[in-house]
Amino acid sequence: MRWRIFAREPAAIFWTYGFPLALALALGIAFRNRPPEPVEVAVQASPGAEGWRDALAKSPSMHVRWLNAREAHEALRAGKVSLVVSAGQPRTYEYDPTRPESRMARALVDDALQRAEGRMDMIKVKDQLVTEPGSRYIDFLIPGLLGFNLMSSGLWGVGFVLVEMRVRKLIKRMTATPMSHTHFLLSFVLVRGLFLLGELPLLLAFAHWVFEVPIRGSLLLIVALSTLGSLVFAGMGLLVGSRAQNTQTVAGLVNLVSLPMAICSGVFFSAARFPEVVQPLIKVLPLTALIEGVRAVMLDGAGPAAVAQQVTIMLVWGAVSFGVALRLFRWQ
Amino acid sequence: MDKPPAICCRRLVKDYGAVRAVDGLDLQVQAGECFGLLGPNGAGKTTTVEILEGLLPATSGEVELLGRTWQSDADWLRQRLGISLQETNLSDKLTVEETLRLFRSFYANGPEVQSLLELVSLTDKRQTWYSKLSGGQKQRLAVACALVGDPEVLFLDEPTSGLDPQSRRQLWGLIERFKGEGRTVLLTTHYMDEAQRLCDRVAVIDKGKVIASGTPRELIQSLGGTDVVEFTCDGLVEETRMSALPGVHAVKRRSDGLSLTVEQLHKTLPLLLNHLQQTGHTLSRLSTHHATLEDVFVNLTGRQLRD
Repeated sequence: MRWRIFAREPAAIFWTYGFPLALALALGIAFRNRPPEPVEVAVQASPGAEGWRDALAKSPSMHVRWLNAREAHEALRAGKVSLVVSAGQPRTYEYDPTRPESRMARALVDDALQRAEGRMDMIKVKDQLVTEPGSRYIDFLIPGLLGFNLMSSGLWGVGFVLVEMRVRKLIKRMTATPMSHTHFLLSFVLVRGLFLLGELPLLLAFAHWVFEVPIRGSLLLIVALSTLGSLVFAGMGLLVGSRAQNTQTVAGLVNLVSLPMAICSGVFFSAARFPEVVQPLIKVLPLTALIEGVRAVMLDGAGPAAVAQQVTIMLVWGAVSFGVALRLFRWQ
Repeated sequence: MDKPPAICCRRLVKDYGAVRAVDGLDLQVQAGECFGLLGPNGAGKTTTVEILEGLLPATSGEVELLGRTWQSDADWLRQRLGISLQETNLSDKLTVEETLRLFRSFYANGPEVQSLLELVSLTDKRQTWYSKLSGGQKQRLAVACALVGDPEVLFLDEPTSGLDPQSRRQLWGLIERFKGEGRTVLLTTHYMDEAQRLCDRVAVIDKGKVIASGTPRELIQSLGGTDVVEFTCDGLVEETRMSALPGVHAVKRRSDGLSLTVEQLHKTLPLLLNHLQQTGHTLSRLSTHHATLEDVFVNLTGRQLRD
């Protein structure tokens, strides 16, 4: 096996293995599902307002402060409280309607005060609270991060390394031997595939044990999709690295290719947020196909037939990139 | 039937845009010869060699190696050539042994990695990363990578450039051994002592053309003299007076004085000193040395090699 030794590529292990885990952990914590926090409200200190204060303080969903007029305004302006109740005829609620938490405070405060003053509900209702794995942000995020990571490691790991070899004239030296050009390029793609086998279980296991992200579909199908994805992005890495003469150029090219996909393909938020007209375009991006496929299998338990479209999109990208790269490649 | 020449090129031309790097160059290297391409930096040596190695396309002209061409027999030729580029940076994080194994895997035939390591005296460095090697060790590894396919023709582009004297001598030893096995070497250098020691024949290249070729001895003899006298003195010494002195073959004016090529130093030198004394000149510098290929170059171009 000629390409076996390339496995010793100087890979920055951290960027491949550590970084996505750290990112998943940080985002998972930032967007973790918190118990609903109490709303901060203030009651403007004045005779007769004590009753309101006491009524509001009974509600667990509100935190009440007793402030004089000036302090209350300061606190409202600084966002320390969402609403100020002040005495007057009629009773006044001061709040900023563009802040969602202020509108929520308006509803809660009014409800609590009106109840305390004797209002009755017209109809009885029941609350059923639902928070379950599979519909949280972290569940959405993990497949996105997986795809994002495969894209970056493919583009950087292949494209950048190739150009570095070209700058060092190592590619020239290699072509002075009877080495087959196809083998040389293929070695990069296959090594990427090998790296994946370390990367994927790590991220999935981490997501599963730390955040209890469910894996509803076939694990084998996830591995297959990810392998295909990593080969596709390695192929695109070849293409990106096929002509560039220095590392600055290739860095620019990698960003040019990866940034739009990182934004549009639904890594951090759903691609559905983009306007309807660009949806067909977003759908055929390889990263969109990969992430949608993995998400469908992981979260909805989709079978192979359900992701056939995504697989086709990736196959086309992979084959075209590799073919064009082989044609365009600057060996000298 | 005669063996075809190991390397042969005719009317080779290479243009880079408006610049003509190689300008109608002819070469013929016989099998078993060690042939040197000499010339200053930018003379077109590396371009010529890379065309011969099949790494660059020529603008026009013909190239044949071992009787075959790159167009028809590239794979066949690749298996039979050993190449060391002017600058080779091998993979920093592969060890010496891994690098050789990698290159060895490209060739159908060749020596064992173990014996190559011994040949280039890197056995005790086999587990060392390439990035940790000294300049001489890196260069020896580059030569070992050129030898890995048991080549019939070896191309070495400035193999000793920038090396310390000891490393240079070590590499010379290697090349002499290879040559001793009856194989062909094409070597470029701008060190004349290197060419003089290693090469059976040399071609001096300047501005993309061969300006002289032959054995080092022939080229030196073409100067007409075997020694060079250089001196500086006050006042103007006429060149015609100097060439009139018995035994003087050539006179060149240099920035800091005159340079004479002489045949019999022991006879001409006293005459020269006498003449200068009688005409009232005072010497401020006088030196002599055996003529070298360097002098051949200066004589042909009027320029120093390493200008």
